[in-house]
Amino acid sequence: MGLLDQKFENSNVIITSLDSLLNWARLSSVWGMQFGLACCAIEMMATGASHYDLDRFGTFFRATPRQSDVMIVSGTVTLKMASRIKVLYDQMSEPRYVISMGSCATCGGPYWEHGYHVLKGVDRVIPVDVYVPGCPPRPEALMEGLLKLQEKIRTESLAKKKSA
Amino acid sequence: MIPQEISETLKARFGEAILEAKLEGVLNPSIRVAPERVQDIALFLRDDDHLLFDVLMCLSGVDYTAGKLGVVYHLDSMKRSHKITLKVEVTCDNPRVASVQSVWRTANWHEREAYDLFGIVFDGHPDLRRILLPDDWEGHPLRKDYRVPEFYNGMKVPY
Amino acid sequence: MEETLTQSAGVPGFARALKSEEIVINMGPQHPSTHGVLRLSVIADGEVVVDVIPHMGYLHRCFEKHCEHMTNYQQVIPYADRMDYVAAMSNEFGFVVAMEKMLKITVPERVEYIRVIMAEFSRIVSHLIAIGTYGLDIGAFTPFLYCMRDRERVLDIFEQTCGARLLYNYMWVGGLSHDVQPNFAERSKDFCTYFRPKIKELNDLLSYNKIFIERTANVGVLPADVAINYACSGPVLRGSGVKWDLRKNDPYSVYSALEFEIPVGTGAMGKVGDCWDRYMVRVREMEQSVNIIEQAAAKLPAGDVQSAIPKRIRPDAGDVYVRTETPKGELGYYIIADGSASPFRVKVKSPCFVNLSALPAISRGAMISDLVAILGSVDIVLGEVDR
Repeated sequence: MGLLDQKFENSNVIITSLDSLLNWARLSSVWGMQFGLACCAIEMMATGASHYDLDRFGTFFRATPRQSDVMIVSGTVTLKMASRIKVLYDQMSEPRYVISMGSCATCGGPYWEHGYHVLKGVDRVIPVDVYVPGCPPRPEALMEGLLKLQEKIRTESLAKKKSA
Repeated sequence: MIPQEISETLKARFGEAILEAKLEGVLNPSIRVAPERVQDIALFLRDDDHLLFDVLMCLSGVDYTAGKLGVVYHLDSMKRSHKITLKVEVTCDNPRVASVQSVWRTANWHEREAYDLFGIVFDGHPDLRRILLPDDWEGHPLRKDYRVPEFYNGMKVPY
Repeated sequence: MEETLTQSAGVPGFARALKSEEIVINMGPQHPSTHGVLRLSVIADGEVVVDVIPHMGYLHRCFEKHCEHMTNYQQVIPYADRMDYVAAMSNEFGFVVAMEKMLKITVPERVEYIRVIMAEFSRIVSHLIAIGTYGLDIGAFTPFLYCMRDRERVLDIFEQTCGARLLYNYMWVGGLSHDVQPNFAERSKDFCTYFRPKIKELNDLLSYNKIFIERTANVGVLPADVAINYACSGPVLRGSGVKWDLRKNDPYSVYSALEFEIPVGTGAMGKVGDCWDRYMVRVREMEQSVNIIEQAAAKLPAGDVQSAIPKRIRPDAGDVYVRTETPKGELGYYIIADGSASPFRVKVKSPCFVNLSALPAISRGAMISDLVAILGSVDIVLGEVDR
């Protein structure tokens, strides 16, 4: 894919068809990393179970960051855990995305005021693509977040340089 | 046994190590003891046939303000069906209490937590280090005069 | 294991001194089988575990500090929910029972019965997750999906009552936040009728499965006296054969008016106190919870659930320690009040924290895959371990 990147600087018909094909392939099989921190992890498990199935979107959970596309940060990020999250994010191979699930991962949640050990939002250590609010978000809300991520992937392009 | 009898048994055995007993008119009868004798008292409470306190239900650190810290032990006896609370008070300058982890193994982690969050040092504990907070954390957060740090390892702590 | 052969130098392929060392394996905070963010440093001699050192604190959310900053005791309840997030109603129950003892409030009987029904639903939900994820750890994927399916039914009842699926803020000091819907008793009874055959299905699928028994029987045996010295409680203690349940031994609320049994581990598949015993205690407790819910739903009296909620909560200076039986074990709240509207100190004695401290003692000598089985049978929730 690298050679293709260099040859076609501007969008043309080959790139756009290739783009759509690539993006369609990527968004239809977004594999998540099994990474539950706190209460939102239980809702993530419920979303992945049979009632609110996630498998129909092509998502199922992989235990290792090396084989996953999206890291759903579900739960409170503490200062002790933040360095490990950074390591895990670095271990994921590109293209990689982050969904910040729940209000703790978005902004510190109910612990924003007096939590001395809580990181007020996971976007202080890693870049986030989609924020899903809620405490905990309903499974439908998490699915909406995943669909928004799929929309975001659909608009990506080979010609544009990806920001690191 | 009712709390009065427990207190009298302890006083008969340990004399001045038993400092105060608040047994009447309170929801939670308690006996205040000397910090250095806690381990001997604990061993007696566990092994004496009339007392048989075999379970340490809870061990909490407390910051009583005005430079005083404390440890509260809640004991229960499954066989004799009675409970008692022991209290210990120390100062912030010298927060040393005898460890009871050799008597009730569950105290091992409880005392580490009290050390982590309050800074109370337990003499005789084999492995007194932080348990909940990272090892390089500064300060003891549950003290009333604790100030939240501005940064920790490059991450901003307050909102 | 050191064999030094004198003619070793210069001879290719000849066995030289063979040295073996213990290695430290890190089952890090992100691991599919640690039930949350727990880090285990496993010191292993080959495949056999020599020692396990748990490291926690990756979910320390400063619950006790938050309590001291609250301006009202009722504000503690949403934070209490989030400790054991799998069975949130039980945490609330413990706190409100402690506060009502301190304030010397008597709540209406309707409130007591609804609280008991909610706590028992909470027990079923927690054990379903424990069993489902335990099966997942051992390698059985289907029971997990079956358990989550049944759990959704209970969550529907919770959602109908208080609007939330997982974290409720439902039990308040002196009463409840909402009264239940008119068809609540009927729905609870319908669930009980639906759920009893599902427990049998779970037993057929997982409990008496030969592979499951091989993986869990005789593994992680916890002797009764060790369990008591480590102050273990809940299914961990009862799995070791000790018949101790706070609902019978130190009753609170209306449990003394209800009939149910306390299952204990009997060593049916292996030794008393092994993983299978602890697991089976949980399955049997679900059956007993179903009995309790049916009895309580039949006896549910009429009344106003908000009549005893105090307008201002300002307890007299003093302290109280109250313990309740949650699905994980004995949850204790030690509350010190100083006469103001804010708590002075709230200390939570978490059953998972205490049960986890027994893990190194029972896993020495096991294999690494047994360690996963033992950890699953102890059933920890990191929100409660770290608070």
